Parts: sequence; C-alpha cells; structure tokens
Amino acid sequence: MNGNNVLGIIFSNVHEEKLRELTEIRTMGSVPFGGRYRLIDFGLSNMVNSGINKVGVITKANYQSLMDHLGSGKAWDLSRKREGLFLLPPFSANSSQYSSSRVEALSSIRRFLQNSKEEYVALMDADFVCNIKFSDVMAAYLDKEADMTIVYRYGEVPSGLPAPLVCDVDPDGVIQDVLIDPKLQGACNYAIGLTILRRELLLELVDDCVSRNLYDFKRDFIQRNVRRLRVCGYPFTGYIRHLCSINEYFEASMSLMQPAVRAELFNAERPIYTKVRDDMPARYGLDCSVQNSIVADGCVIEGEVENCILFRGVHVGRGSQVHNCVIMQDTKIGPNCQLNYVITDKDVVLKNDRSLQGYQSYPIFISKGSIV
Amino acid sequence: MLPKQEVVAMLLAGGQGSRLGVLTKKLAKPAVPYGGKYRIIDFPLSNCVNSGIETVGVLTQYQPLILNEYVGSGQPWDLDRMNAGVTVLPPYQRSKKSDWYKGTANAIYQNIPYIERYNPDYVLVLSGDHIYKMDYSKMIAYHKKMEAACTIAAIEVPMEEASRFGILNTDQDSVIEEFDEKPKEPKSNQASMGIYVFTWSKLRQYLEEDEANPKSSNDFGHDVLPAMLSAGEKMVAYRFEGYWKDVGTIESLWESNMDLLNPKMQMDLAQEDWKIYSRNPVMPPHYIAKGARVQNSIVAEGGNVYGTVDFSVLFAGVYIAPGAVVRDSIIMPGTRIEENAVVQYAIVSENSVIGKGSVVGERPEDMKDKSAWGVAVVGDNCTLAPNSVIPPKAMVDSETLEEVETK
Repeated sequence: MNGNNVLGIIFSNVHEEKLRELTEIRTMGSVPFGGRYRLIDFGLSNMVNSGINKVGVITKANYQSLMDHLGSGKAWDLSRKREGLFLLPPFSANSSQYSSSRVEALSSIRRFLQNSKEEYVALMDADFVCNIKFSDVMAAYLDKEADMTIVYRYGEVPSGLPAPLVCDVDPDGVIQDVLIDPKLQGACNYAIGLTILRRELLLELVDDCVSRNLYDFKRDFIQRNVRRLRVCGYPFTGYIRHLCSINEYFEASMSLMQPAVRAELFNAERPIYTKVRDDMPARYGLDCSVQNSIVADGCVIEGEVENCILFRGVHVGRGSQVHNCVIMQDTKIGPNCQLNYVITDKDVVLKNDRSLQGYQSYPIFISKGSIV
Repeated sequence: MLPKQEVVAMLLAGGQGSRLGVLTKKLAKPAVPYGGKYRIIDFPLSNCVNSGIETVGVLTQYQPLILNEYVGSGQPWDLDRMNAGVTVLPPYQRSKKSDWYKGTANAIYQNIPYIERYNPDYVLVLSGDHIYKMDYSKMIAYHKKMEAACTIAAIEVPMEEASRFGILNTDQDSVIEEFDEKPKEPKSNQASMGIYVFTWSKLRQYLEEDEANPKSSNDFGHDVLPAMLSAGEKMVAYRFEGYWKDVGTIESLWESNMDLLNPKMQMDLAQEDWKIYSRNPVMPPHYIAKGARVQNSIVAEGGNVYGTVDFSVLFAGVYIAPGAVVRDSIIMPGTRIEENAVVQYAIVSENSVIGKGSVVGERPEDMKDKSAWGVAVVGDNCTLAPNSVIPPKAMVDSETLEEVETK
C-alpha cells in the first residue's frame, strides 16, 4: 500500500443541520458515538490504519470541542514530525464568509493542498461510522486507472441523508452517470461520502468550479465532470450507518449490541482510536443488573440497565431503571429514576426519582449539562 | 548541562518478584497487571507526576522487555519531557568493570552519573511493588523541615503483623533511633514503606562508602540505612495514613485487587485530582449480554460477558462465555473463560483460555481441609483443555500444562 502517498481530508462539519440536537454545540465530527468515540475517530482511524499519515480536518464553526478532542493527534498516532494532523479552520482573507460548501472549503485550503506532496487525496465526510479497508479502495482506484473513485453502497438510501448521490455503475465498475436525490424507491447505489482522486486533478477541478462560481460539491464538482473523466465506483458492502437524524443516531447506537456489528466496526486488526481519559474501569455495585448493554470506563452502576449505551463516567443510582437509552459522558442518574428511550448529552444530571418516557420512534433528547 | 532538578526519583524495578510465581516468569514484578487496567508501576509513576516530580529513573534488570515497552517514552504519565522525564536504566557495560545490579544500593550507585546530570538536592527512592497513592511533595517538604539526611515513609500496621515488616523505632519527634528488620518482638508498629527521601550529597557519600566495603550486600535496608544511622545521621520517619499494600505475593496481589471492590476502600482510583495513569488499551467499551449477571465487580474495556461475574476484576478484552461462572477472581487481559467453566478464588493471567467445563480454584467454605486452600493461579498464554481441574493453591503455566488433570 502506498499509503504515504495519500493525503486525507475530513469534512468535519457536513450535514450538521440533520443532527441539530447534537451539533448545536459541536461539529458533526465531534458527535459522541458508541460509548467512547467521536464520529471523527472512525474517519481518522480508517485512514491511519491504512497507512495515511497526513490528515487535514476541515472545520467550519463550533470546532472548540473538536480541537479539544483531537489535541496534537497523538491518540491516532498523528502527532508526527513529518506530516501528521492538520486542523483547517475557516480562512477567508477577502470576505468574512465562512466556507459553507465542500468546494469552497477546498478552495480556501488551496495552499495546503498545493504544498502537500502526496499524489492522491481521499476526501471523506464525518457523518457516518464504518470500518473500511482504505487500502483496498486505493488498490481498486489504481487498478482501474480511474481519475476519481467514489465509494458507494448498494441498498436503500438512509432516511434523512441529504441530497444523496446515486451512481449508475456499469459492469466494469465505471460510473456512467450520477443523480442527485432522485427520490428512488428501493435499493440503489448511493455514495457514502468517500472519494479518491489525484491531488493535481482535485486542484484543477476546484479551480474550475471557483472560476465559474459553482460551489456545489455533488452537482458542480462530481456530476458536471462524471462524463468528462473516468469516474469509477468502489462497492462497500460492510457495516455502515449514516447519522443523519436523531432517530438514525439512536438506531445506529442500538445496532452496536449485535456482536457481528461490533466485531466488524471494532475489528481488532483495524482498531478505532480515540482520546484517552484515564478513567478507572467500570464498577458494578451489589444488586445491580445489567443486560444487553455497552458500558465504558469510569461508569458506576448500582441500578438496573437494559439495552443501553453508557458512555464514560456515567453513574446509575440505586433503584434506577434505565432501559433503551444512550447516556453520554459523565451523566449522573440519581437513585430511583425511570428512563426509557432517552438520549442524554454530556454532563446531564437526573435528580432522584425522575421519570422520563420516550418512544423508539421518538427518543427524548436532553441537552448538554441540563439538570432534570 | 541539563537544567537543575530539585528532586530526582529512582524507581527500583529490577526485582524478580519470585513469590508471584508464574505471574513473574516472563515479567518484572512492577509490570504485573493490577486493578482491571493498570500495572503496578503506574502507581509510583503517577504519584511522581501528581507530586510534581518530572525526573524519574526506572532501574530494570529482571525480564525487562515488557516493562521497557510499557514505560516507553513515558507519554501516558506525561513523563516525555524535554529536559527530564522518565529514563529506563538497565545495567550496562563500562570500560573497566561491568556488573549486574548487586543490590538496591548498588543499583543507585551505578547510576550516580544519571543523577548527577540533574544536580539534584534530593533523591527519592521508590520501589515498584506497592499499591498506594501518596503525595511525595509533602514528604519532601517534611524532609526539609526536619533537616534530615534521610526520611523514611512509615505506616502503622497491626501490632500482630508488625513482625513481617521492617519496623522503625522513633522518639516522639519521629527521629529514628533503631531499625528492626522483621523483629520477633516488635517495639513499635511503624513499618517502613520502602520509600526514602535522601539529601543527595549524603546519599552519594554513603553509597560510595558502601561500595568500597567488600562485606556489604549493597542493599538499602541491610547496609546503607544502618550505616547512616550508626554514623549519627539524622533520620526521620514520615507518617503516612491511607491505603498501602505490598503486592509481592499471590495472596496480597489477590487481596489488593479485591480491596477495590470494597465500598469502604480508602483509595479511590476514580479521584479526579490524583489519577492513576496507564497505557490505555485501544478497545471498544465492554458488552454485557442478555442473561449475563455482573455484580460487585470491575470490568475494563473490550470485554464480552455472557456468564456470571461476582466479586471479580476483569481486565481488557476478557470473554466470559454463557454459563461460565467467575467469582472472587482476577482475569487478566485477553483471557477467555469458555462455556460452563467455573473460576473461583483464582488469578488467570493474560491471553489464556479456560476450556469448557473446567474448574479453577475453590471457595474456602467448600473445602474440607481449610489449610489446603489458597488462590489458584493460571499463568499467561495457557490453553486449558475442556474439563480441566486446577485445585486451589495450585499454579500452572504453559510448561506444566500437560500435568493438569481433567474431570
């Protein structure tokens, strides 16, 4: 794998409007997931595990929590003397406008792209979780002598995925046409948000878009060029979840209870890295009961927990019943609470005897730091 | 010339820990896993950084591979510093005379050049076989206040156990008058914790004298400290209150892990302002399946529990199969307990497999002959055949695996 010849670019802020509750105070990339991760951990780890050692993270707004999470990049082995992690916050010399599209963002980091030495660039969104063997994608890209490779998945478009890009792939794996949000029924080949192309070509296409005042990534950058260039598709068949609504977020969280999903997503050969917190392991009290749940370090459980994801440092008090919930970092649930279908953001406090009842189709969301 | 450091800590991590049997066969004692995610050395290292000591020499000799790899650059403890930080100090070859570390004092003696580079005022000598949280800066402040040449940390132990320890007999000002190494009739219950603060100029002088004495065993407790005392140096005891446990034996290692499950435990590992740092495993959170039962236990990341776990400590990546029962036991990283196996009062080391239906250890209350009871130990990388029986107090490792009986 010529991994060192690939520059990774992660768009940390795409589709934030779809997960408003969780992205009000953070970027998409720093949305917590799976008990101890942030969404960006999956993209970064996928890249690092296939030998990419230079990754630029494009941010737009509210990126404080993302910076806090990424730090020097040490946890992903991206704190390097040569290459490593680059945070690319909005930069606008001439206008006060923040980059609002991927093309604009790419043009604002033109100098970074120009000065990079890697021959290829992998562009990745941060709104999905999967464990993809990047090197295979890269090998297919080279093998097919493609100008651009779009990773797609065959299946029903996840509900809420904004402007899905549907690919018409011929038997040779060449994409003949792409449609944007064609409102199809049933299964189709939809792009997952991972594209590979040569760095020189990327610069050329971005310049071309900008010179024509065209800033839509899917329409102007991909669709406009699909017939002109050799664009190939790479079918990804593994586990993937796009977190484009609070319901999708909840369902994706619950899917982690399946051993096969965990085995694939947290593949020991391609582990998912994240920032460490040096918590002590989880403690289970006397008379507690935990069933079908995922529990992170630092939790203290004295009550009853079923079908839940407990992030780091969660406390469940004696006599509490917590069912079908996603409880984020450092939430404290007092004694004798009853929770069903609830998502709590970080640092929520539920005082004694509180009772909250959501529904599978409508989980209750409690925002960061709330005291109930 | 490196910038001066007021205090340099020297951590004696070369001991074999032979009383831990198969657990330290391929591992130096300070690298023995503890408490679900730690290794013993995390405690002195974390205490150092939490006390503001950033220069730590780790003296290694016995089976240093895992220990060296674990300490690494010192980054998990914030000890990868520009001008200081952690340095692993194995014995080395010199132009004239080379030697292994002959004793604890000789180990420090051989590393005088390391200490001198920092021109310290004080040297803190630590060992790598105790579990405790301690603010060394308070002890050093006490050492300065008392204008002592040497300060020894002391803890009150029950009088009936005092004969197992090195006992410090002091006057009412805590000035040490006498050492009693494992006295038959102890005069006090102030036990030495094996933590020493020395004024460096004094220690250097006595280390050189000790080295020149061919009869010396080059040990702190046996030689250097008594020599200082008889020469009339001011030596004081620093009283420590709190949790402190020597984990040098199978029983004490087991007990100390079980102490973590006691709600009245004095030492809080979750304490925000005195964290114990360690190398964290890169694993997802653990999963507790439907039908599993986990009570009064500590469970680390990466585990999958389908069976019953009671009063136990499970390290990272442990698998407990459906129908398996783990009680009053310590299961170290990556070990699998297969279907219907019963593990009680046992320590199972890393990456082992306890085959289906096996029985490891026994509850003392189920024993006819109580004197035959003890904690059963399975070493690392042992794959026990189905229906194996490891009796209480037994110790198995990958070399004695063939002798294991089955039901």
